[in-house]
Amino acid sequence: MKSTMKSIVFAASLVCASGIAFAADKSWGSGADDVAFQAMLKSGFREKGIAKLTRLDQDATQAFCSDPQLVASKDGAAMAAKIEAENMKTVKWPTDGVWLGSHAAGEALAQSGRGLTSTDTADTPNGGNCYNCHQISKKEISYGTIGPSLYNYGKNRGNGEDALRYAWAKIYNAKASNACSNMPRAGHMGIINEKQIKDLMALLFDPASPVNQ
Amino acid sequence: MMKQPQVIGAVLALIGFAAFTGVIRAEGDNSIESIEKYREALRDGNPAELYEAQGEELWKKKAGPKNASLEACDLGLGAGVTAGAYAQMPRYFKDTDRVQDAESRLLTCMSTLQGIDTAKYVAAAWASPEKDELNALVTFISGESKGVKVTMALDHPKTKVMYELGKRMFYYQGGTHDFSCASCHAQEGMRIRLQELPYLPSQKGAGVAWTSWPAYRVSAGQMWGMQWRLADCFRQQRFPEPIYASDVTVALSTYLAATAAGATMDTPGIKR
Amino acid sequence: MGNPMKIRAASKDGVTDVKVLMSHEMETGFRKDASGATIPAWFIAEITAKLNDKVVMQSQWGPSVSKNPFLAFKIKGGQKGDKVVISWVDNKGDTRTDEATVT
Repeated sequence: MKSTMKSIVFAASLVCASGIAFAADKSWGSGADDVAFQAMLKSGFREKGIAKLTRLDQDATQAFCSDPQLVASKDGAAMAAKIEAENMKTVKWPTDGVWLGSHAAGEALAQSGRGLTSTDTADTPNGGNCYNCHQISKKEISYGTIGPSLYNYGKNRGNGEDALRYAWAKIYNAKASNACSNMPRAGHMGIINEKQIKDLMALLFDPASPVNQ
Repeated sequence: MMKQPQVIGAVLALIGFAAFTGVIRAEGDNSIESIEKYREALRDGNPAELYEAQGEELWKKKAGPKNASLEACDLGLGAGVTAGAYAQMPRYFKDTDRVQDAESRLLTCMSTLQGIDTAKYVAAAWASPEKDELNALVTFISGESKGVKVTMALDHPKTKVMYELGKRMFYYQGGTHDFSCASCHAQEGMRIRLQELPYLPSQKGAGVAWTSWPAYRVSAGQMWGMQWRLADCFRQQRFPEPIYASDVTVALSTYLAATAAGATMDTPGIKR
Repeated sequence: MGNPMKIRAASKDGVTDVKVLMSHEMETGFRKDASGATIPAWFIAEITAKLNDKVVMQSQWGPSVSKNPFLAFKIKGGQKGDKVVISWVDNKGDTRTDEATVT
């Protein structure tokens, strides 16, 4: 899927709509207030290739999750719930009602970590980055541990509607179910498209997928 | 990370699931062992030593409009003192009224002592003759602190500010993937693919990271200083490129080095 | 005249242990640059090692040896104060010789 700026612009518009006020200044030590921090940020980067300076602009989710003290505060839980609800609204379900694509294509997508960096071009096909953080098939031993293992994902859960919906939403927008998940919002941020999400779903749920052997 | 009641069921399922996959995780761990053996074998002939030698030559070579060497450069311990200097950087410098890391300070000295216009050094690509010189120089400087404990003078107000700004930057999420440094480096015992990720907010984790760069990256055949290392992290985070030796990079290094205080420099290092 | 090598040679119990770090791009001739053109092969083709004036090792290398090669070998004999001389010639005809004293 070619990178698109449309979803990112849409995501940025969530900032205005959210109406959540952040007490970011209180979370950081003296000298690291918003004004000083923004000044350092703006003067510290230059655009390179497709990575423009607008990438430094945060939406409501990123702003909230960049502040661990705020997240852990007594207001944090309520704010996190609001963030999750707003992210859930962005989830687009499969247009034809078909959940699964090709597990082989899904595996190839999960293996690739390319796309959207300052050394990629607008034509670079984006990967899913999945193996960077997750164990997926048994055969692939080069897997990360930032996220939970997905081995036997479909086998353990079955292919019921609830399981399919949960996984789809997780891939489309991981922050819909966990406000400060480390997982990128693959669908919402335009990293991968509907067909590719179906391929990842097949990788997870298709009984013939290597994940479920 | 806050978890909401409706997803606790899913979390418990995943935890049980993770325990079940304990046997499969062992396969990955054997790979880690083999990689450790490979790393040990690499240490014997570290090509970083070639860059150290080149850096030392550049330090002593007369260059620029002023036809001067860098031998009078003050890295914080007095003019020309290289021994132990890297282990005390970043630090505040009175002459520039700034907190500077080693690479930033090299630019200052090239400019003031040699009269060189450093703008093109800053703008040059990572694998360019200009950056090759800076990488060789910082490798040499770091080697002069091998075996020295990291100590950070946090008394100056500007150093404290840079520490706080660096810490805030560490947690700053952005870009298409919502990545911050913390996305990979703020949980214990994690790895990306088969590459272990140090937990940077702790002295131990920051110590592992701060004391092993500059390092020669065997897979790329390149000598990387901390500026390059940070820039490549940002690239993977889908951020735009940090400007070489900008305050953002110095702030992050200040946060890292201060957190690592007490660890012993083992530079120049070697990486896969 | 290529970049300097780093040579370490230590003698113990009648065996001299030699370690050499060479600075060379070691281009295989199979890589392509950004425009798609093949980067020409450029690699160390022959190495000669001498202990004092006697040739003790000769080696032919090809493009499979990677960048900045590290060479380690043992010489039967040799003692402290002897000279180890390493020379290389690459496929472009460039050459480099460095020496070190055995410790």
